[in-house]
Amino acid sequence: MKKFDKERVLLAIAAPALALVAAFTVTALVLLATGKEPLNAFGVMFEYGSKADSQVYILNKATTYYLAGLAVAIGFRMNLFNIGVDGQYRLSAFIAAAAGGAMNLPGLVQIPLIILVAMLVGAMWASITGLLKVYRGVSEVISTIMLNSLATALISYLLVDGRLGVLDSDTNIVSTEPLPESSHFFTIPTCGDLDPIWGFLVVAVLAGCAFWFVLGRTRFGFDLRSVGRSEPAAQASGVGVKRMIVTSMVLSGAMAGLVGMPTVLNDTHQFTADFPLGVGFTGIAVALLGRNHPVGIALGALLWGFLERGANRLEFEGYDKEIVGVMQGVIVLCVVIAYELVRRFGIKRQQQRVGAELAQQAVNLTRREVAQ
Amino acid sequence: MHALVGENGAGKSTLMKILYGMQRPDEGTIALHGEEVELHSPADAIARRVGMVHQHFMLADYLTVLENIVLGAERLHGIGARARARVREISEAYGLGVRPDALVEDLGVADRQRVEILKVLYRGARVLILDEPTAVLAPQEVDALFDNLRELTAEGLTVIFISHKLGEVLSVADDITVIRRGTTVASVEPSRTTAKRLAELMVGSELPSPQTCQSTVTDVELLRVADLRLSVVDADGVSRPVLDDIDLTIRKGEVLGIAGVEGNGQAELVEAIMGMRDPDGGTITLDVRDISHAPTRARREGGIGYIPEDRHRHALLLEAPLWENRILGHVTEAPNSRGWLLDPKAARRDTERIVAEYDVRTPGIEVTAASLSGGNQQKLIVGREMSHLPKLLIAAHPTRGVDVGAQAQIWDQIRAARGEGLAVLLISADLDELIGLSDTLRVMYRGRLVADADPASITPEELGSAMTGAASGHLEHPTDGPGEGR
Repeated sequence: MKKFDKERVLLAIAAPALALVAAFTVTALVLLATGKEPLNAFGVMFEYGSKADSQVYILNKATTYYLAGLAVAIGFRMNLFNIGVDGQYRLSAFIAAAAGGAMNLPGLVQIPLIILVAMLVGAMWASITGLLKVYRGVSEVISTIMLNSLATALISYLLVDGRLGVLDSDTNIVSTEPLPESSHFFTIPTCGDLDPIWGFLVVAVLAGCAFWFVLGRTRFGFDLRSVGRSEPAAQASGVGVKRMIVTSMVLSGAMAGLVGMPTVLNDTHQFTADFPLGVGFTGIAVALLGRNHPVGIALGALLWGFLERGANRLEFEGYDKEIVGVMQGVIVLCVVIAYELVRRFGIKRQQQRVGAELAQQAVNLTRREVAQ
Repeated sequence: MHALVGENGAGKSTLMKILYGMQRPDEGTIALHGEEVELHSPADAIARRVGMVHQHFMLADYLTVLENIVLGAERLHGIGARARARVREISEAYGLGVRPDALVEDLGVADRQRVEILKVLYRGARVLILDEPTAVLAPQEVDALFDNLRELTAEGLTVIFISHKLGEVLSVADDITVIRRGTTVASVEPSRTTAKRLAELMVGSELPSPQTCQSTVTDVELLRVADLRLSVVDADGVSRPVLDDIDLTIRKGEVLGIAGVEGNGQAELVEAIMGMRDPDGGTITLDVRDISHAPTRARREGGIGYIPEDRHRHALLLEAPLWENRILGHVTEAPNSRGWLLDPKAARRDTERIVAEYDVRTPGIEVTAASLSGGNQQKLIVGREMSHLPKLLIAAHPTRGVDVGAQAQIWDQIRAARGEGLAVLLISADLDELIGLSDTLRVMYRGRLVADADPASITPEELGSAMTGAASGHLEHPTDGPGEGR
């Protein structure tokens, strides 16, 4: 059976590699069509993206994207499309930042408390979707999209001087009360005068390990994956499917609660109106790219960070930075197609191999019978 | 009419797939209408007037019959009046009785099958391949199907059909080919052979003949179902009872067989006992414990083993490896887990054991369930359920689509476990299986248990008449004139 495994690994790598090659080709064609030289653009991106300060930037960005990817992947693993990670992380970052600003406790207590608040808010916001789906049959896609808008509206309602926001009279910007010094998360210093790496990277890695362990090694994870593979089979096997839908939405939301934390605890230390937007959607792309596998998602998150870093530089070189958006879109499309193709190919190939091996066994058996 | 018989995994489906252009042969030739051809795809096959009706129907539920037939063949007669006229014409010519404007969703299995046949004829097929067409049909429907097929052959068409049921093969085929382990082992004429001889050719050895075993029924009640009622609300919002005052008791060591035309509430009864549907009234008691509303998992842990009717839908994760399928349904039990953690190592080891003990033909336990043939999937499922030493086994069509060898094996396993005190609820469309295995027989009709019978004296025909609602109460074997055996 070793052969099968080797082939499976090969197939697993073939799909994203194919998708990337296809994506670069399409992007090159787009650049050519707009009268720009493609190879130079890629050269600029790679050169700039691999510089030391870029590496720090990419790692920090990827931390956020990785958590978003994990949040989406929890849903995907059970066939739920949580588009609402976007609203979930913004709302939870906002409430957590406001709560953190209102407290002044030792960091050892306050930081976990802030993280806990964020996860709880995310979980509660996502649980609305789960409950609606279970009790009213509302598609999670629809309700999460709506809840994203509601989260935006709720934040703008509350982020007002006198409610949960404070007005900075110098800059005329409303933000939540800044976190006390004690609640700043640790950073990992880098050499020279480069920016430090966010300490939340460690939390992200731990979250990835937890994801792998819970899904792959626990009874709960098995139940969750079986619902994702076949709902009727899971139900017949004794999984409470409704309960599992709510639980996995809650888990996905709690993970989404972590998405805003690197920014709040390591970077801005407060929630302002220009808090990063749309990371939830990046999470979808990253989860697709990483095939809902914790290592794959990490690679996807790094790639996304790298592309965005490159985009900033391209603008200086006279390219439209939107070209990176095109590239990202094409990558996601190619990845989805490539995975499906490879999956079908894999199944067919395995069936053929099983047939061939059984036939071989049968021939051997018959020979032995004849010999006797 | 040519019949192809062989064990599961013997290569029947593969051969048909090659004929239909879905797979390429490594060597050898195919001659169609006297001319050597090479088929690269189903489209090639259709162009050469070969059509196939798959075992699992390929119809879109929400389209009408006409739309389904025309789908993909719009160029032939358009999609309007001409197409409709052509469908009517074919339907009348061969007595198919297809209503072009009915929604496929509303059709029964037999009607769907006729739509599939019409679909193939509409595309101009002269050679029809049917993959186990009778596996899903009730006895009366099987007769109707063979009438249709005879009409086709009378018009000069060629029909190739795959079957496991040797009785029907003998009665309708003009020629029989037996294949085993990928090669033709015999070509026989039905008039010169017997079912027993055919079966022996298929498995390659002498068959254990189904013997009547000694009764092992004890007087310890294991499952008691009392006044069970269940209604479902259909698409029009009308509530309709599907289970109506069901009363039954199964004792340790007893096999209770339920006969009935499919769709008379058997599936719902099984799902109510498994906890997949919550009954509206009545009680289910397992071994003195009231489980009427207990969750499915608690029931499984309480000792119910389950062989579902539709193994692809309810018993397997097709894209998961065999060892994960071995865990399915028993994730909380040893050897699959310890506490909250899975124990993949032990589960793998135990899967190897099941594969060996239950003769699951597979190159290994890392292959996906989808790559096994139907019979081998079923052997894995039976092995899995039996490995947890159930007190009660619910077996819904346990040998459907399974070849003679595996069938005998599954029957033996059920009999052996029964001897050790297992209670079995057996639901089957195969009346011989029901009569041969059961200690007690009940007949289900329109959600009620309308009749009971003693399997020692009943014939399939008598059972059949109760299944259509023509007889009820205790079915006594008439003393004058013995019924014809099948």
